[in-house]
Amino acid sequence: MFLSPAAMHIPDGFLSLPVALVGWGLTLALLAAALRRTNTASQLPLMGVLAAFIFAAQAINFPVAAGTSGHLIGGALAAILLGPWQGMLAMTAVVTVQALVFQDGGLLALGWNLFNMAALACFAGDWVHRRLGALQGRRAPAAGFLAGWLSVMAAATAASLQLALSGTVALRLVLPATLGVHALIGIGEGLITAGAVAFLRGAQPAVLARPEGASGDRRPAYLLLGLGLALLLTPLASGFPDGLERVAERLEFGAQARGLGIGLLSDYAIPGVSSPALATALAVALGAALLAGVGWLLARSLARAES
Amino acid sequence: MHIHLADQYRPGAGWLHRLDPRVKVIVCLGFILTASGLPPGSWLSLAGLFLIALGAAWSSGLGVTFALRRSLIALPFALAALTLPFTTPGERLLEWPALGLAVSRPGLIQAGSLLLRAWLAVQAAALLLGTTRFRELLWALEAVRVPAVIVSLLGLTYRYLFLLADEALHMLRARRARSAGGRGPGMRWQARAAGAMVGALFLRALERSQRVHAAMLSRGYDGRARILQTRRLLPADTLALTLAFAGFGGLIAAALTAA
Repeated sequence: MFLSPAAMHIPDGFLSLPVALVGWGLTLALLAAALRRTNTASQLPLMGVLAAFIFAAQAINFPVAAGTSGHLIGGALAAILLGPWQGMLAMTAVVTVQALVFQDGGLLALGWNLFNMAALACFAGDWVHRRLGALQGRRAPAAGFLAGWLSVMAAATAASLQLALSGTVALRLVLPATLGVHALIGIGEGLITAGAVAFLRGAQPAVLARPEGASGDRRPAYLLLGLGLALLLTPLASGFPDGLERVAERLEFGAQARGLGIGLLSDYAIPGVSSPALATALAVALGAALLAGVGWLLARSLARAES
Repeated sequence: MHIHLADQYRPGAGWLHRLDPRVKVIVCLGFILTASGLPPGSWLSLAGLFLIALGAAWSSGLGVTFALRRSLIALPFALAALTLPFTTPGERLLEWPALGLAVSRPGLIQAGSLLLRAWLAVQAAALLLGTTRFRELLWALEAVRVPAVIVSLLGLTYRYLFLLADEALHMLRARRARSAGGRGPGMRWQARAAGAMVGALFLRALERSQRVHAAMLSRGYDGRARILQTRRLLPADTLALTLAFAGFGGLIAAALTAA
């Protein structure tokens, strides 16, 4: 169970609302940059079929020790074969279809899931692979191995930081566990990536010879990925209370407030209404009416878009 | 097997199946946002959300246990969250000094709220995906302003997913048939073989994508997908959207004012 790729698809509910929304903001910016840097309309069939290929390649596995098996998540391979921006879009399709069709990973959590498995994994894999030199040289399989391993480790580390920041699990527990497990998963990923690169180098070297710079400027991605990682790391590094301490403080405060007989948000008390039950009922009615209005306006805008 | 090709869609004719897919997408997102935004310990509001999900599943003929099995996917994360009562600082309820363990009250509240809201969010998504065909879902996504390029990409991925997965399964079966259940010379060799299969699958996919592209161009493809069949928003759809959001508003207000 722990050694399956599903362990990296964060489900809904395990990220706090602000953390999840920040993830969506970063991912939307990354996607906008990727769409601007790829000629997506003419490459759609290529990227769609190759996204389906990544999905199918995840089924190919080989036995490792102790009943587990090595298999692929695919970020590094997608970046090596398609270039990082196109690879990121293909992985976006993979991870989104996994969420929308098979319910692997949540919808609100999809922002960070795409950040981790589509953007970070592809650009980390691409970075290692380019650092280690020629695509067609004899070092290509070794570069493929390291790219695959590092892409998994980067995505897993980012996911555990997001969970810790949300107050879902203590960082001192989740980080060693995640890194330990994914150091092994990463070996499978690395071996398959290396094997695929070695095979293609022998069978059809032309597909590995992407023209340099075909995938455009990588700096916007480095900027956004760096920003995301900085946002994840700063609260931990700067001595702010970690997610769990914040949760504890909030809940302790809530308990004290309850003990003192005041509401959690006493500002919501309505002047002139002395009975707390009546005040709550009024607030509920107000909230319901407010969001009913929002719902009605949304329906109106859907209907208007039809005509 | 690390791929499961069980599409979540369940054929049916209940009111959830007939509801406008755009409304289902918006209400599902609203539900998940509400569940994730409720402060920890809002038990009444969480129960309210649970009743909404349960009522929708039951009244549209999906059965009460419909979403239960899908919740299992969250199990590794649930196990991680189960450490919360021991690691969160705060008022201690139980202590085992010999083991160095203590259960704190905020930790219990946080873990309980977290597991409940994750479970609720899984149910909401299961109801959306169980009653909406992927084609309808894509159309709804485009209608709520997801870029058309992304929607087309998702559609193409879905279209070739099952085909290529079949091809991968054929390759795996061929490997099993030729290796007579043996494990081969060792892990390195196994990994190399798996990598070569992935490489071979890539070449097949690449070739297929070129054929697909040529076929699409020959039919007049210009980068845009056209849909002939659309649907109009019915009064019942507007009513469902308004009522659902009224419910979310009431539950949020209740959670914020609860004393």
